[in-house]
Amino acid sequence: MSEQIVIIGAGQAAVQAVTTLKAEGFAGSIIMVGDEAYPPYQRPPLSKAYLLGKLERERLFLKADSFYPEAHCQMLLGVSARAIDRKAMTVLLSDGSRKPYDKLLIATGTRVRQIQVPGAELPGVHYLRSIADVDRLSPEIVAGKKLAVVGGGYIGLEVAAVAQKRGLEVTVFEALDRLMARAVSPQLSAFYEQAHRAEGVQFCFKTGVEAFEGHGKVERLRAGGKLYPADLVLVGIGAIPNVELAKEAGLTCQDGIVVDRFCTSVSDPAIFAAGDCTRHHGHNGEEIRLECVQNAIDQAKHAALAMLGKPTPYREVPWFWSDQYDLKLQIAGLSRPGDQLVVRGDPATRKFAVFHLREGKVACVEAVNAAPEYIVGRKLIADGTPIAAARLADTAIPMKNIV
Amino acid sequence: MPKIKYIEENGKEHVVEVPVGWSVMEGAVKNLIPGIDADCGGACACATCHVYVDPAWNAKMPPMGDMEETMLDFAQDREATSRLSCQLKVTEAMDGLVVRMPKSQH
Ligand SMILES: Cc1cc2nc3c(=O)[nH]c(=O)nc-3n(C[C@H](O)[C@H](O)[C@H](O)COP(=O)(O)OP(=O)(O)OC[C@H]3O[C@@H](n4cnc5c(N)ncnc54)[C@H](O)[C@@H]3O)c2cc1C
Ligand code: FES
Repeated sequence: MSEQIVIIGAGQAAVQAVTTLKAEGFAGSIIMVGDEAYPPYQRPPLSKAYLLGKLERERLFLKADSFYPEAHCQMLLGVSARAIDRKAMTVLLSDGSRKPYDKLLIATGTRVRQIQVPGAELPGVHYLRSIADVDRLSPEIVAGKKLAVVGGGYIGLEVAAVAQKRGLEVTVFEALDRLMARAVSPQLSAFYEQAHRAEGVQFCFKTGVEAFEGHGKVERLRAGGKLYPADLVLVGIGAIPNVELAKEAGLTCQDGIVVDRFCTSVSDPAIFAAGDCTRHHGHNGEEIRLECVQNAIDQAKHAALAMLGKPTPYREVPWFWSDQYDLKLQIAGLSRPGDQLVVRGDPATRKFAVFHLREGKVACVEAVNAAPEYIVGRKLIADGTPIAAARLADTAIPMKNIV
Repeated sequence: MPKIKYIEENGKEHVVEVPVGWSVMEGAVKNLIPGIDADCGGACACATCHVYVDPAWNAKMPPMGDMEETMLDFAQDREATSRLSCQLKVTEAMDGLVVRMPKSQH
């Protein structure tokens, strides 16, 4: 009998695994199980062009429907995996069926972290992870309304930018003292705060939200002991990896399914994992869990190769982007507290980069509308090229000649 | 609907109809034409959607933005008519467009 691969989850990583299996000539069968109503789609536009109304739904889907049968992939949508039986090598689905696997790929991604305050269940309090979430949020994005964004991370800020453009009055509540605090340098936080303020967005820092209030729907929120009117709320306070299935099956999990360099579970050689739901060794060795398209795509490629018996180690430098107004932020690498920060270019020109140096090498680059800095920076990180801070800061030296 | 011809690096040709308003990148990806990765899905953030526009068509392409220009500057095997296909928005006037794919997108 030919080999059967079961994939749990039908997102960015799942579809990449199918693509790689097809490209490598996998002759067995694939079953892909997704609990959403839709075939795999891109999430990044959900908080950008799609929310702005500039991208039709059809364009979110990662592949044409005909791709799946061509890749010998049976797609089961609106069905969720309930349990993994590692002994019998089967997956129990919500429709009661059991699917046998020779290799199993877990690509379950994350779900939003819900805010635990009184009134959190009121209509008008939104989250953003899926097409269904946008369908609920979008009709409420109406000029003149007051939007409260809870959490000054990427998603909150991207929604703030879209809503501001669409004529809403936007206030962002952030518990810490700066934006995207866990992800970017203070220089970048300050720049983005100023950029949003210039567009009219207001901020309340060091202000945790205590409650949502209203009759039948949210009308105001209480934060830092004060009341703020709000017609709608968008909560963006992070995500939680979907690891319960893996945990119940006895796979080692630690804020993510723990995998080795080949995206194989450290507990079971027949089980693989890729994307937002994994804890793995980053390119420089540290244990991390990443939430970005690059990681989903690259891990899925390595997982697919490992399933085919052609394991290659995952060592790609992570990269990420975020679009807010006319600002394209591109980040490569992983920063750490204590890195030496070098600014190249003048933030006032809306075109600059921050390099994070560690032991004389670039560990991370944050580039705003600065593709040369981003691309060369990414290469410097991958190659581990030693470089002096003064050279990076010197805009008279083009990035092409920086080494 | 405008018809676009995509030529793989190995010479294999694909002619498909692409809706007006979509990008040349989407025309390839949605029709399962290999050779364009488009990792970022068209955000002009990854440069894995590099194509060579047929010289006869080059002048009819929309102008290049700064971002695309600089991303291409660092692309492998850049040629005079290199473009990022996610930045080429399909118009009726592009009926018959021919693009070739590079050896590699990485
Ligand atoms: C609004 C938004 C904006 C983003 N913007 C960017 C960006 O600009 N750049 C970037 O790099 N990244 C961005 N990301 C992150 C990026 O989308 C994710 O990193 C990527 O989707 C991860 O892919 P994945 O396959 O691991 O998970 P997902 O794409 O989330 O797919 C997992 C799927 O599995 C399903 N599932 C879970 N459990 C089960 C089960 N038991 N049975 C069946 N199905 C199950 C889930 O419902 C989901 O459909 C953004 C994310 C969001 C939400
Ligand atoms: S698809 Fe990423 S730059 Fe074109």
